[in-house]
Amino acid sequence: MELIFFYVFAVLAVGAALSVLLFRSPVYCALALVGTLGFLAAIFILLNQEFLAAIQILIYAGAIMVLFLFVIMLLNLRSDRPFAVQWSLPKIVGAGVSIGILAQMIMVFISPDARIGPQDVYSPERIADEGAMEIIGGMLFTDFVLPFEVISVLLMVAVIGVVILAKRRGHDPAGDGE
Amino acid sequence: MIPVSHVLSLSAILFTIGVTGVIIRRNAIVVFMCIELMLNAVNLGFIGFAYGMQSMVGVMFVFFVLIVAAAEAVIGLSIILAIFRNKGTLNIDELNLLRW
Repeated sequence: MELIFFYVFAVLAVGAALSVLLFRSPVYCALALVGTLGFLAAIFILLNQEFLAAIQILIYAGAIMVLFLFVIMLLNLRSDRPFAVQWSLPKIVGAGVSIGILAQMIMVFISPDARIGPQDVYSPERIADEGAMEIIGGMLFTDFVLPFEVISVLLMVAVIGVVILAKRRGHDPAGDGE
Repeated sequence: MIPVSHVLSLSAILFTIGVTGVIIRRNAIVVFMCIELMLNAVNLGFIGFAYGMQSMVGVMFVFFVLIVAAAEAVIGLSIILAIFRNKGTLNIDELNLLRW
């Protein structure tokens, strides 16, 4: 049953991802990407990570994609020209490279040598017992406290960078900003 | 129990779709969306490993990847806005200022 749902959501996610690739209008691409993120959140739930599924929906689909749509709206873009018309040499090389990457990754992942057995102590029962958020919070402030602090600096750098990048050069008497 | 190799294969397929999008699309915003798609494929890979290994470290990595993706999206979109304001186009074939 779990497996059937996984395959259904996997097919839907790949289909939505392909439509990100193939739609011509950026708005349709953004909406297809929202769909992909939603199906991935469903797969996260099937893999026992409800907390990450919620975060995925809230941050990615809720915040980041709304930002994308706002920028598309601000820029008032026309639809893309049909792409992939001229098959120049770099594009053929690029297609070959991406197919090679896919083949190599899948070969590594399905090889019987890959030892992906249980190696740590967090079984699904224990996660359900203690609660995923408690475990994540505990690890965030013990084992991962340095990355946590670095991330806070990174976010501050991002905020300052955005303010500087989005500021208009020179004086703007109308003060309408953008 | 979902086989971990299937989760990882799905992650590889999504990542490849993202790579292909970065290569063949010409609109900078769509290229950026394909980068987000690649980040999500990597997140799925991390969660697949965490599921197979019964570990929570992969989940922590996904957490940090999400934060970096948010910061990256904000910075990237403001760069795109600045480029559009200065150049009037987002076609990455016409943005060759840094080309040698």
